[in-house]
Amino acid sequence: MAALTVLLGATCILSLFLGSRPNGVADVVDVLTGDGEPHLANVVASRIPRTVLGAIVGAALAVSGTLIQGITRNPLGEPGILGIGVGASASVVTGTALFGALSATGTMGFAMLGAIIAVAVVLVLGGRSSARGIVPLILAGAVVTAVLYAYINAMVLTLPQVFDSYRFWMVGSLAGVELSRLGQVLVPLVIGFCLALLIARGMNALALGEETAISLGFRVGATRLIGIIAAALLAAVATAIAGPISFIGLAVPHIIFALMGEDFRWRVPAALLGGALALVAADVLARVIIRPQELMVGIVTAFIGAPFLLMAVRRGAVTT
Amino acid sequence: MTYNLLAARGLTVGYGATPVIHDLDFDVPQGRFTAIVGPNGCGKSTLVKSLARVLATEPGMVTLDGKHVQAYRPRRLAQRVALLPQHPTVPEGVTVRGLVARGRYPYHGALRQWSPQDTPAIDQALNDTGLTELADMPVAALSGGQRQRAWLAMVLAQQTDYVLLDEPTSFLDIAHQVDVLRLCRNISNQGRTVVAVLHDLNQAARYADDLVVMRDGAIVAHGRSDTTLTSSLVSDVFGLDSMIGVDPCSGTPMVVPVAD
Ligand SMILES: Nc1ncnc2c1ncn2[C@@H]1O[C@H](COP(=O)(O)OP(=O)(O)O)[C@@H](O)[C@H]1O
Ligand SMILES: [Mg+2]
Repeated sequence: MAALTVLLGATCILSLFLGSRPNGVADVVDVLTGDGEPHLANVVASRIPRTVLGAIVGAALAVSGTLIQGITRNPLGEPGILGIGVGASASVVTGTALFGALSATGTMGFAMLGAIIAVAVVLVLGGRSSARGIVPLILAGAVVTAVLYAYINAMVLTLPQVFDSYRFWMVGSLAGVELSRLGQVLVPLVIGFCLALLIARGMNALALGEETAISLGFRVGATRLIGIIAAALLAAVATAIAGPISFIGLAVPHIIFALMGEDFRWRVPAALLGGALALVAADVLARVIIRPQELMVGIVTAFIGAPFLLMAVRRGAVTT
Repeated sequence: MTYNLLAARGLTVGYGATPVIHDLDFDVPQGRFTAIVGPNGCGKSTLVKSLARVLATEPGMVTLDGKHVQAYRPRRLAQRVALLPQHPTVPEGVTVRGLVARGRYPYHGALRQWSPQDTPAIDQALNDTGLTELADMPVAALSGGQRQRAWLAMVLAQQTDYVLLDEPTSFLDIAHQVDVLRLCRNISNQGRTVVAVLHDLNQAARYADDLVVMRDGAIVAHGRSDTTLTSSLVSDVFGLDSMIGVDPCSGTPMVVPVAD
């Protein structure tokens, strides 16, 4: 845990110093101490929101994935199986088709709305998820995802202007994010993290089977529902800020499980730090890997996530 | 009102349209070790799950201290009645101590995730089940018998008046079966009430104080374990022709199938 915190701090500092264009370390220090060159000052200033929001998005995705893997007992569990990513995408596509290119705020609003509607539909279709286990919920997620994908494809293939703005959004990127976006999502974000921390013991009990959880005094239905709400809020916030970034929500929970063991009281806070670390690191790489161009962070997460996930699998530590 | 009594009255419960158990009355004998026996599918699990509120029942059908179990806050009820289900799940990577510690959850709150009695209760439960040395082992690495003791330790750490166990000896070799039964005896000797679903009639008669015999969702016999078993009862309930002998060691009844 301490190691994760230190690594996260180091990566955040790195994120301030490294960009798509090389710059001297001393120059950045000058900027941070207040008397640097104005152009570089702007550049560094733009790296701050990127780092902060990157950390938040990564943390939200990883905690969301941890909750979903615990609730669904599905090793492939990630925020996507509740239809959050496609819900947000479908909504952004619809908005673009109706109103033309959206402002950053507009995109966020549509993404948030779409993600929440998609989860609500999945919850309703999946039945009162409590009573009949989680299989109907997963199936409902698959159905909603398939339908929305078809809808998105139909829209982007028939409307070229939608295709142009959508193809950038759908990979997920932190380029050009502004700190003001944080204000719009602070409330759901904080609620999501708090619920996730509060539900950790309930998740530990659920891992022993429903009957054992009940006999330990937990309300199984309520515990699952709170977990899903927390996971949905966090993933919706992350998607609204940065688009549907893949792999963090899947890989980081597995890596954290391999490192920290099965206790959700440790896994949730560790996923928070680990997710932040992973996404900020991925974003730094995205900026330096094909200098002076910049990759979209959603592409990098898959590439750096894959080897770590494979390592966790090879250690035989992946939950099944 | 009767106090400190777990009881079922007119219990009618099932999983679909037709109930598995119909209009069953049962007062759990207090401070004793009761074994529930009966053929597969006769409703033993359904009964113990109803008693622990793991299976939802109509209000009034199951009461504790004269109060509907539904009227208790779940955590409060879990401080009084513990159930070890027939098929609990072992989470991957959990250690023995980690598992036993979960028995303390009924004593925690959402914010107070710790109570001062936790450590003594966990250590005591590990000690009572002989697992102190294995406390840091992953449960998945234990033998079947050790694993069952780990589950029993979790239930013991819950420190309830009522300990309900659904088939705690199934799938264990005979030495470990006896091990578990002796543990049940010890728990009951500490003044707690133990109810265990068992399959072996001879073990039930030998280790338990009382015997509940079920068939088709009803209790057909309930009494002291040394007087309840008769060959006509065994023939009625299990469809087995048998003679009742005497256990050479304990003098308790022993069911022996007749020669064929
Ligand atoms: N979850 C369930 N859904 C539907 N039927 C069930 C369920 N659990 C048990 N049953 C049925 O209820 C009857 C009694 O089951 P149970 O109480 O488990 O019996 P026992 O424990 O005595 O073997 C059986 O006929 C069984 O098929
Ligand atoms: Mg059973």
